[in-house]
Amino acid sequence: MLRIEGLTKTYKTGDTALRGVSLEVPTGQILGLIGPSGAGKSTLIRCVNRLVEPSSGSIMLGDIDLAGLNRAELRRQRRRIGMIFQEYALVERLTLMENVLSGRLGYVSFWRSLLRRFPGKDIQRAYQLLDRVGLIDHVDKRADALSGGQRQRVGIARALAQEPELLLVDEPTASLDPKTSRQIMRLLTEICAERDLPAVVNIHDVPLAKQFMQRIVGLRAGEIVFDGPPSDLTESALTTIYGAVDWNTMRKEDEEKQEADAETDRQLAEIA
Amino acid sequence: MSEISHYSELWTHRTPKSRLLRWTGWVALVALFIWCWQLMTANTIWYFVTDAPRQAADIGSRMFPPSLAYIPELMVPLWDTINIATLGTVGGVVMAVPVAFLAARNTTPSATFLRPVALFIIVASRSINALIWALLLVAIIGPGLLAGIVAIALRSIGFIGKLLYEAIEEIDHRQVEAVSAIGASGAQILSFGIVPQITPAFWSISIFRWDINIRESTILGLVGAGGIGLKLQASLNTLAWSQVTTILILILGTVIVSEWVSSKVRRAII
Repeated sequence: MLRIEGLTKTYKTGDTALRGVSLEVPTGQILGLIGPSGAGKSTLIRCVNRLVEPSSGSIMLGDIDLAGLNRAELRRQRRRIGMIFQEYALVERLTLMENVLSGRLGYVSFWRSLLRRFPGKDIQRAYQLLDRVGLIDHVDKRADALSGGQRQRVGIARALAQEPELLLVDEPTASLDPKTSRQIMRLLTEICAERDLPAVVNIHDVPLAKQFMQRIVGLRAGEIVFDGPPSDLTESALTTIYGAVDWNTMRKEDEEKQEADAETDRQLAEIA
Repeated sequence: MSEISHYSELWTHRTPKSRLLRWTGWVALVALFIWCWQLMTANTIWYFVTDAPRQAADIGSRMFPPSLAYIPELMVPLWDTINIATLGTVGGVVMAVPVAFLAARNTTPSATFLRPVALFIIVASRSINALIWALLLVAIIGPGLLAGIVAIALRSIGFIGKLLYEAIEEIDHRQVEAVSAIGASGAQILSFGIVPQITPAFWSISIFRWDINIRESTILGLVGAGGIGLKLQASLNTLAWSQVTTILILILGTVIVSEWVSSKVRRAII
């Protein structure tokens, strides 16, 4: 279970990204963070594994406060937290196997990792994960030889190789096309359900969030302005999160996009 | 909509003032050139200059035909030259890699102390020509191959170090972030997050430098640091022009081959 209390982050430039955010994520829950850009979604996620240093507040994972750890302790605790990135952040020139095994780096010595001599159990598990995400036939391919959707699957497998207790997911579909986005979200939610794994998913696509998230938290200017199930995410709630003007524009763009997609689908169907 | 005649037909790329300024600039440049030319040629003895074509033809005729019988004697020095270049490059790479990591902003352990030191090493190595390094080293460790190898290595540190640290600074930071978020140690972040990203640059820089070093090592013999340069100097001193031609052709051939090898290898790696 993740419990964040009074989390504040002020950047060196003086911008306050988070203002006393408190949030509890129970085991097995998939939580979607939505909000306009600059609302602090990314900062919130990155504060949890301290890729961004929080200014004040506590972040409890189980009974350990992540905010107060020194470097060596932080390194140990980071092993418990898997992270999935928007641009996949795979090591592009390494193979899928190496990328997935890199999820075990926190558990193997430097020399073993340098010589790529990972324990048999880790290798077995990496094969299993690559099979689970549907890439078992590409084990020795380099990451840069894959498509975006495939790379994100490797990203998921790498995070799972850590056997994490929490998943942090930063805009997992922002670089993907709509169809692949849905496939990735489905895979992600299935995997979390299989393992009873809690996840905080930073997502800017509202329809996608409504479809796949169990709970939605709306951030605006560094504060939580909405917290509830997707069904409570009404027009007025969305207006609170995004502001009237932005939400209306977003909705219109969305409708246009959907109509355009539908139109394309129809045309493709006619050709086929 | 307004009538087109409403708009001006006149437009110039530059204002009259900037045109005048540019024109004066060009005139000043020409004047400077003429002045410099007069200064340079003040001490020229024009008789020698007018004589130059005849002299060139004379030396040219002595240089041909190249003495083929001399080739077998050159094989060992040529092999030495290639060894100087290769071992020197290896030595340079070994020393340059740590320097590059100390000099790159994103990997240096101390930006205030170690980074300036590393940058100084790079500049110092680059500012001294291999020939001058060799002169110093022949005086220090005596004439021979070792002086040449060390000279080439010292000269290579700056070149490899500079290009490599620039490559390190240009890596994709997200990959490093992802590896560190896993809970990897500093050394593991280096080997999984950074090294794979700079490997192509590393090989291409090293091979490029080897290619340059082949050329540089051919002249090191002039100051006694071994290799084919020694033979070149001997032939020049004894006015054995046909041997000089042979050596020059051999150097040319070696350089062409090294360039061909390096381009092949680089293409294979990238």
